[in-house]
Amino acid sequence: MHIVICIKQVPDSAQIRVHPVTNTIMRQGVPTIINPYDLFALEEALRLRDAHSGEVTVLTMGPPMAEDALRKALTYGADRAVLLTDRYFAGSDTLATSFALSQAIAKIGETFGKPDIVFAGKQTIDGDTAQVGPGIAKRLDLLQLTYVAKIASVDLESREITVERRSEGGMQMLKSKLPCLITILEGSNEIRRGTLDDALRAARSEIVKWSAAGAGIEDLSKCGLRGSPTVVKRVFAPAARAEKAAQIDVTDKTPRDLADELIAQIFTRQPALEHELAFDGEA
Amino acid sequence: MSTANRETPPPAAGRAGMKKELPERFKHYRHVWVFIELERGQVHPVSFELLGEGRKLADKLGVELAGVVLGPPGEATWHAVAGAFAYGADLAYIIEDPLLAHYRNEPFTRAMTDLVNTYKPEILLLGATILGRDLAGSVATTLLTGLTADCTELDVDIDGSLAATRPTFGGSLLCTIYTLNYRPQMATVRPRVMAMPARTDKPVGRVIQHKLFMAEQDIVTKILGFLPDSQSAKANLAYADVVVAGGLGLGAVENLQLVKNLAAAIGAEYGCSRPLVQKGWMPADRQIGQTGKTIRPKLYIAAGISGAIQHRVGVEGADLIVAINTDPNAPIFDFAHVGIVTDAIRFLPALTEAFTRRLSPHNRDKLAS
Repeated sequence: MHIVICIKQVPDSAQIRVHPVTNTIMRQGVPTIINPYDLFALEEALRLRDAHSGEVTVLTMGPPMAEDALRKALTYGADRAVLLTDRYFAGSDTLATSFALSQAIAKIGETFGKPDIVFAGKQTIDGDTAQVGPGIAKRLDLLQLTYVAKIASVDLESREITVERRSEGGMQMLKSKLPCLITILEGSNEIRRGTLDDALRAARSEIVKWSAAGAGIEDLSKCGLRGSPTVVKRVFAPAARAEKAAQIDVTDKTPRDLADELIAQIFTRQPALEHELAFDGEA
Repeated sequence: MSTANRETPPPAAGRAGMKKELPERFKHYRHVWVFIELERGQVHPVSFELLGEGRKLADKLGVELAGVVLGPPGEATWHAVAGAFAYGADLAYIIEDPLLAHYRNEPFTRAMTDLVNTYKPEILLLGATILGRDLAGSVATTLLTGLTADCTELDVDIDGSLAATRPTFGGSLLCTIYTLNYRPQMATVRPRVMAMPARTDKPVGRVIQHKLFMAEQDIVTKILGFLPDSQSAKANLAYADVVVAGGLGLGAVENLQLVKNLAAAIGAEYGCSRPLVQKGWMPADRQIGQTGKTIRPKLYIAAGISGAIQHRVGVEGADLIVAINTDPNAPIFDFAHVGIVTDAIRFLPALTEAFTRRLSPHNRDKLAS
């Protein structure tokens, strides 16, 4: 089987700082990582390949340096990596991104064989929209299975797939067909350590690089800023609250005294709360 | 590359940023719609929260507010319609069909896009729930329009455009996003980000019924079963009145028990900040903040949480925020209402005990059972 997985190189958001005076993002020196949610999808793709044999192609759209993320994915055991990179993609919103990626996936299909499954992470840790996966599915007319916790079975002969999918208040058991697009829930598995062979192969591998034209994209008006219906008009820091927290003086007080004082403060500020906590439902 | 991840925000005067006259085909798009999320007979509260917000937008624009209800024939669906009116809708669009009994992407996407193409709303709001996110992405892509995820503020600009504000860079900054030349303008909002509006006894409004032009054999994906979450796994953080949460300041995974003990003593839900989930100390559905749950409790107690901006985004709606932290300069003291500079590990047991003393014996029994 052929599996395509879309990943994204993201700044390690835990390490992004905002400049205290200018309120601008300080990105210098912030390391980049593979979007952590994508690693669950990658592992799932690798497991399916190992079980059914076939190939895993990893795809990303981004600046040339996104090659690092692809090479990392190869060290985990992906078979092939495709980098979609072009200045025409700059400023893409989720709709334009899903267009470019879907075109690249179509080209991957023509070049290396049609994918049976396209994987994506649940969402990215920088944009957090969870929109690109569904966007790709719609563009390619693939069946869409999001928030999948477990792939129960894949039958290549009957082209059937059964999954457990998180939904509000429980798990849905779904049966669908290939080809489909799956986004994977975090914690569904754990990314493997690549083998030494994988590491060596990753270092030697040629990464397939496509520009917009290389991916067969003719209509550039659907890419980048021009292809993005949404427009970011303003970026600003959240307003600071006028006053700081009222500090309870801790000097020379036992934790017990302090606790009593805090509770008194809580119930003074929120009298209704005392009522509810003390007479919950019985008033 | 998402809307929120541009290297630099495009200048307002850039080509795409320029506001052109709305294309002719979109000029008749009017009114504000809210998707009323109905699953297994229950309306998700986020839908009513959105109606409150939608009401304000509709009033500013001088247009009508509609609820969109997709469900199986029967009582639950009409109950959802009544709910939409009670929380402010002027009218409801409804598709009743057995194929809409349980959520599947295919029939719901079809139903929603058909309604939009037929009745042409200018704004369409959905909850950023599992269902809402699955549906919104498909609908926006089918309609080739803009969609702004997880908004924290919605407003109408001077020229009538929807100004959708959302956190970016993991919550450290906010950005305002417009969908200028496409319709509808779509946005999702997480549960509890907007306040629940008051329920009114408004008389029932207009109902416009539409059909789902689909048969079961048109739908590839089949539902084999549904396994409800066990009671213990159901963290109802978003809607809890009282929440206690722990952060890295607790030092060790064992100390999370102190948070759970306090929560149990006062009938609260418990949660944590992001680093604890990343360390594997708590499951992701207990995470509070921009990438986790947004909460709006009456009382929030943060123990050993420094208060990174991404955490702040998730708790700002709380009526009363109490922060316990050893570092007097921790950012949490900038947005908490009451602060105690002390070691949460030693303080939490005392607080649990003090609360227990305060609560009536009757209530203690109730919480224990």
